[in-house]
Amino acid sequence: MSLILDNVSYVYSQGNAYEKKALDGINLKIEDGEFIGIIGHTGSGKSTLIQHLNGLLKATDGKIYFDGEDIYDKDYELRDLRMQVGMVFQYPEHQLFDETVFKDVCFGPRNQGLPEKDVQLRGYEALKNVGLNEKYFDVSPFELSGGQKRRAAIAGVIAMKPRVLILDEPTAGLDPRGKDEILDMIAANHQRYGNTVILVSHSMEDVAKYVDRIIVMDDGKIKYDDEPREVFKYYKELEKIGLAAPQVTYLMNDLRENGYPVSTDVTTVDEAKSAILKLFKIQT
Amino acid sequence: MLREITLGQYYPVDSVIHKMDPRTKLFATVIYILSIFCFRGPIGFVAITAGLIAVIYLSKVPFSFMVRGLKAIVFILVFAGILNLFMTPGRELISIWKFTVTYEGAKSASLMLFRMIYLIIGTSVMTLTTTPNQLTDGLETALKPFAKIKVPVHEIAMMMSIALRFIPILVEETDKIMKAQMARGADFESGGIIKKVKSMVPLLVPLFVSAFRRANDLALAMEARCYHGGEGRTKMIPLHYEHRDKVAYVVVIVYIVLIFILRKFA
Amino acid sequence: MSFIEAKNLVHEYIMRDDEGNVEGVQVALDDMDLNVEKGQFIAVLGHNGSGKSTFAKHLNALLVPSEGTLFVDGMDTRDESKTFDIRQKAGMVFQNPDNQIIASVVQEDVGFGPENIGVESDEIWTRVENSLKAVGMWKYREHSPNKLSGGQKQRVAIAGVMAMEPECIVLDEPTAMLDPDGRKEVLEAIHKLNKEKGVTIILITHYMEEVVDADYVYVMDQGKVVMEGTPTGVFSQVETLKEYRLDVPQITLLAYELKQQGVPLRDGILTREEFVQEMDRICR
Repeated sequence: MSLILDNVSYVYSQGNAYEKKALDGINLKIEDGEFIGIIGHTGSGKSTLIQHLNGLLKATDGKIYFDGEDIYDKDYELRDLRMQVGMVFQYPEHQLFDETVFKDVCFGPRNQGLPEKDVQLRGYEALKNVGLNEKYFDVSPFELSGGQKRRAAIAGVIAMKPRVLILDEPTAGLDPRGKDEILDMIAANHQRYGNTVILVSHSMEDVAKYVDRIIVMDDGKIKYDDEPREVFKYYKELEKIGLAAPQVTYLMNDLRENGYPVSTDVTTVDEAKSAILKLFKIQT
Repeated sequence: MLREITLGQYYPVDSVIHKMDPRTKLFATVIYILSIFCFRGPIGFVAITAGLIAVIYLSKVPFSFMVRGLKAIVFILVFAGILNLFMTPGRELISIWKFTVTYEGAKSASLMLFRMIYLIIGTSVMTLTTTPNQLTDGLETALKPFAKIKVPVHEIAMMMSIALRFIPILVEETDKIMKAQMARGADFESGGIIKKVKSMVPLLVPLFVSAFRRANDLALAMEARCYHGGEGRTKMIPLHYEHRDKVAYVVVIVYIVLIFILRKFA
Repeated sequence: MSFIEAKNLVHEYIMRDDEGNVEGVQVALDDMDLNVEKGQFIAVLGHNGSGKSTFAKHLNALLVPSEGTLFVDGMDTRDESKTFDIRQKAGMVFQNPDNQIIASVVQEDVGFGPENIGVESDEIWTRVENSLKAVGMWKYREHSPNKLSGGQKQRVAIAGVMAMEPECIVLDEPTAMLDPDGRKEVLEAIHKLNKEKGVTIILITHYMEEVVDADYVYVMDQGKVVMEGTPTGVFSQVETLKEYRLDVPQITLLAYELKQQGVPLRDGILTREEFVQEMDRICR
């Protein structure tokens, strides 16, 4: 039960002046139930990579296996794959279209060909899971506030119960609280259903706080692929490719350089807190 | 697929054609379009082709770039071609099963294809070598006489230039929404015509919503930058004819005469 | 009189039903007072829907007060004869970089504002050159905006405002749609304009990190100014900020939480350097 990318490459506009290698020999194995963060600056290939995972883009070279099946096999139904690997694009609220929030969320399950009762159950459950108040179910999605629209749009993908959920910058443009609420909701759903979650983000702080494994993309290649504390040890190398470590990681390094015996192996505020408290011998 | 549309794209290189006054280019384009509709005989065809090749060469825009504009309308071309080929009555050329290709049909189909293709390439030369702003400036000046009879020339020109700027953005947006709905299991390909039309709703509604939102934003941004119509506006690049424009006019006039003569003798 | 002076400023959006009857009134700005002096770098913080964007539009006379007054350089925004003078004095940069660039070539877009106010052709070119150089975009002058990154587009938008030679630039969440690189570019550009050209900056945002270097901070909630002060002063009130759906930078949060545990750090630590200094103060 996994997604495997075997030497996947993708070239844009092959054969003309705008030709660009967006992915270059990607090898990757994603197991069931992982919570993965993908980071990389704009143009590093991370958007191209995730669009391969559900077959929206077809690799110019290499193979992708989902549950051991080659998704480029001519008998393989890509639509089925898309039901299993759900994708929440950037600013997903831009895809809302139906008369009511509830109908919109049911669009995905209905396309899956489920019986009407199940479609509605799925829609209801998904809206509940994203924490949208029931009074909004029957209003037009265009009347919701920004944060609510975002939730409704995410519910539209969650309702399909994908085994792998990919989110491309799900918090872009939200205020700090809105951002935390969305990420907490995603983490809670991951806990509840044990599905695989792949989070593409620009915020190192968010990635460090939520994910178990980070994939760093640079120039169409995977630069690092490890747990957060390991990846952020390379903060100097990360800076060279336009990324950074969380602020607290820098702080701990600063403190260390100034002679404080603290661990630099720190990626979240909580970890930093206990590391410094240890210094003062205060137990939490 | 949608990214292939070259309409409204500017190709920035330094060439004689790029530097020409947009009014000159507009005039030449109009003459060219007229010529592809009223030429006669193979020599006329050769003359038009030669003219087109010369201009493309001078423009320094790669030929492949101009042809790309055709890809978007391949379907229309093929459809119209087939229609012409089979639907024109006349002398029989070949007959396959129930369909008959007539001599007249073959002639009108090939003429139609030639006109469409030359039309697209010719106008691509214009848009690829002229920034949309220059283009609309040119139009605005050329149409100025109509402003006297209350035609909102400035507004039309402004709308055109904005439309040209937003075509690529909306094309990209269409692509994005399409992908997003496909990820939710939408199917834009299979099914009969009614199902297909229905399947466009999840694409078209968000697209319209987004277009309106953009229009609203843009109107605000324009107002914030003191836009208040054409009155009292100055031009960053005032239009004036250079020596090369005069030469170009002479060339265009020679072209008109040539096409006219060839038409007479064909 | 201050350069910008808002007194008891009220803005009401009137909601109408399909027939045009008044359905209700939504108060977006509620009795707001705010002063800005020339040359200051002001930040206005607030969650989505706090009224900060509405306020921004008032500064540019895109909206006029329902009640109360707003003066920009001594001009009443309700005075229609002054509208264009105000818009020229206080230029505006919006959130979405795509939706505010009018022309298809960078330099022509920068010239759009001066064209509107009837500047002579030669002078427009000088201004376009100066403004593009001021934001570091001169070498892109002949590019199409569509081929630029988000940060570059926003810098073009800033140049477009600069070309009107304003005394003040209002930026309404200019970085909300950008990646970290773009965010950095835009902030560097506006800080440079503030320092080198003495342009008054009013930055409206919900990114806490962008506020750290401001001279003065206003926090808005429900159309009111609810907190104000220096960044240090405002950020020392972590709990209050959280109530307003906002956040503090990671370093500030860490210091705050350590203090809760009994570590005697001072309030409102904003940067790594300050943090290390404080540690030195209490440990040595």
